[in-house]
Amino acid sequence: MKRTLQIVDLHAGRDGKEILKGINLVINQGEVHAIMGPNGSGKSTLSNVVMGNPKYQIMSGDVRLDGESIAKLAPNKRAHRGLFLGMQYPVEVSGVKLGSFMKAAYNQVHGPDALDVAGFMELVEENTKLLNMDSAFAGRYVNEGFSGGEKKKAEILQMLVLKPAFAILDETDSGLDIDALKTVARAIDAYRGPDVGILLITHYQRLLRYIKPDFVHVLMGGKIVLTGGGDLAEKLEELGYGWLKDEKYAGAT
Amino acid sequence: MRGRHRTTAKQIVDEDYSAYDFKDDIEYLYKTKKGLRESIVDEISKLKGEPEWMTRFRHRAYEHFVKRPLPTWGGDLSALDFENITYYAKPVERVGKSWEDVPEAIKKTFDRLGIPEAERKFLAGVGAQYESEVVYHSLRKELEEKGVIFMGTDSALKEYPEIFRKHFGTIVPPEDNKFAALNSAVWSGGSFVYIPEGVVVDQPLQAYFRINAENVGQFERTLIIAEPHSRVHYIEGCTAPVYASASLHAAVVEVIAKEGAHIRYTTLQNWSKDVYNLVTKRAHAHKDATVEWVDANTGSRLTMKYPSVYLMGPGARTDVLSVTFAGRGQHQDAGAKAIHLAPHTQSRIVSKSVSKDGGRTTYRGHLRVARGARNVVASVRCDALMLDAQSRSDTYPYIEIDEDDATVTHEATVGRIGDEQMFYLMSRGLTENEAVNMIVLGFLEMFTKELPMEYAVEFNRLIKLEMEGSVG
Ligand SMILES: Nc1ncnc2c1ncn2[C@@H]1O[C@H](COP(=O)(O)OP(=O)(O)OP(=O)(O)O)[C@@H](O)[C@H]1O
Ligand SMILES: [Mg+2]
Repeated sequence: MKRTLQIVDLHAGRDGKEILKGINLVINQGEVHAIMGPNGSGKSTLSNVVMGNPKYQIMSGDVRLDGESIAKLAPNKRAHRGLFLGMQYPVEVSGVKLGSFMKAAYNQVHGPDALDVAGFMELVEENTKLLNMDSAFAGRYVNEGFSGGEKKKAEILQMLVLKPAFAILDETDSGLDIDALKTVARAIDAYRGPDVGILLITHYQRLLRYIKPDFVHVLMGGKIVLTGGGDLAEKLEELGYGWLKDEKYAGAT
Repeated sequence: MRGRHRTTAKQIVDEDYSAYDFKDDIEYLYKTKKGLRESIVDEISKLKGEPEWMTRFRHRAYEHFVKRPLPTWGGDLSALDFENITYYAKPVERVGKSWEDVPEAIKKTFDRLGIPEAERKFLAGVGAQYESEVVYHSLRKELEEKGVIFMGTDSALKEYPEIFRKHFGTIVPPEDNKFAALNSAVWSGGSFVYIPEGVVVDQPLQAYFRINAENVGQFERTLIIAEPHSRVHYIEGCTAPVYASASLHAAVVEVIAKEGAHIRYTTLQNWSKDVYNLVTKRAHAHKDATVEWVDANTGSRLTMKYPSVYLMGPGARTDVLSVTFAGRGQHQDAGAKAIHLAPHTQSRIVSKSVSKDGGRTTYRGHLRVARGARNVVASVRCDALMLDAQSRSDTYPYIEIDEDDATVTHEATVGRIGDEQMFYLMSRGLTENEAVNMIVLGFLEMFTKELPMEYAVEFNRLIKLEMEGSVG
């Protein structure tokens, strides 16, 4: 059975301020969706709300996985059900080795018996190579002293290791140099498959050259104002968002 | 699947707890009456058959102890009842040279604590003290042949009277503080370590201290002498089972690093939560010598401990790394002192404290650069992590600089676990408990990575134990 991540008329925000004003979105396994939109339009808010960051509140509407509401679940419970968020600003966790963190997370998501230590190390090693990262990264402290690009790579490394069914990647491309972008994009594209649903949040069309999305959505002022195919990204790259402010597009999906 | 995992983890933790919290029924060969009088000091000295100078030393200390008021700073000592403590309890006739010599019940204790196994695997020598007396001692043969001495302090007084008398009490005189005076009056056991010139001991020497009975005081006396250009790593571990009323541990540790010598002194203490742990630890580092205190304090009701180093000769260095963990009803008042008495000396003090469930941690330190100690580089860093609003952390860094060219840095942070960190870790699947544990262990990692691997594992387990039930 195809799994689905469903966002239903979602109104949500922070500190009492409504930022998302009625979002509807359905992501099926096997699909890649991209969300683009101006700064401050609510993209990261959406990703945080879907992952269950307690700093954000749902005012109305719902987030559903396979038809079942996950709106009240703690973030770890959502991770157990196959959700993953690659963050726009990954935080540092001082003194915690990336490798041991990933192992603890893996044990939680897949059960402690799913993979032995050797197998796990192999899995990490393999993906570290795929991302062109130094194998020493697993021994470094989570995001501590990582460059902007390295942090983004480490997020993707975690995704590849944890193997989620649904991955939301919030501006993974920001901070990556030209070669790194290519490497990371290819790795994400390789992860793509019939059992994976991906939501890419990005400002630039260049990421979407490597990962051809099935749908592109434009988020503005807390609403999805336009949805199209992969070519929409090119149009946005050329024209920006100004033309969408036009009345006739407002509220369109 | 996940449910099962949690149960398993909990079972492991429960098992571990019982690893420390057990008590044995031991018939003591000898036990002094409760309370402290001059006659008890005499009794102890006579029992041990000590030379007269030591008996005099004990009396001098006793007199000072009686005169000296309790410190008015630091922790709350009002519930400490000196009259309700047994000052000397002797479990065995003589020190065992092999575990077979150790009475079965006591041997079992150390077995459960994993000491003989650790000895086989990675230690150069082991000492084990049970209540007042050292019950077991061993040292690898090749070290013995090189002239290394590692034995109970009582034995050393008999077997090496000259080296002993030359150094004993020179670093911490009985008049230093009330508890040093108490220790000097009734001391028994402890380790004596002597490393001859140029000898490098690669593997650690370990001593293990166990208080087993309620209301028994442990007053061991440790003396480490490293001759020029020698090197040694000494590790001590301490545990006690849980009782309703307080036991007292008041040790004195004297460490002497002569020219170019290198001493690391690691303490992993896990006293039960009813022990008063009031310890005086001091080192002298002579020319180009290095002394490192690596000191972890979990458990105890109150710990007052400020390992100090006097940098006596040019080029001497010290590193003090101290970790404290205070849970419900506990106060860890700990810190470090670096006293720069010579030019080109360096010190680095790092203190990390964690408090939870209303526990209290205090950093109390003293950094002093004396006149004439030019070109000193010194740093003090204290980080406190508080896991809830009821817990408390204070910092009293006392800094006194008498030379203008000293480079001194001081940093202090007080933090709580960040929401964004919690979200980050949990979003990858970690439970709230696991996430908190991971952040706490990460906070202490700077310390843990200095420990030999086996101890690091043990230490992390201990911290997790302390963390049990800290979050809903
Ligand atoms: N605590 C808060 N109180 C009020 N407004 C907030 C709060 N937190 C965030 N906002 C606002 O919500 C809006 C949406 O922020 P969000 O981070 O979701 O934007 P974004 O689309 O991800 O932007 P960017 O492309 O710059 O990453 C912003 O205007 C932001 O300033
Ligand atoms: Mg954003």
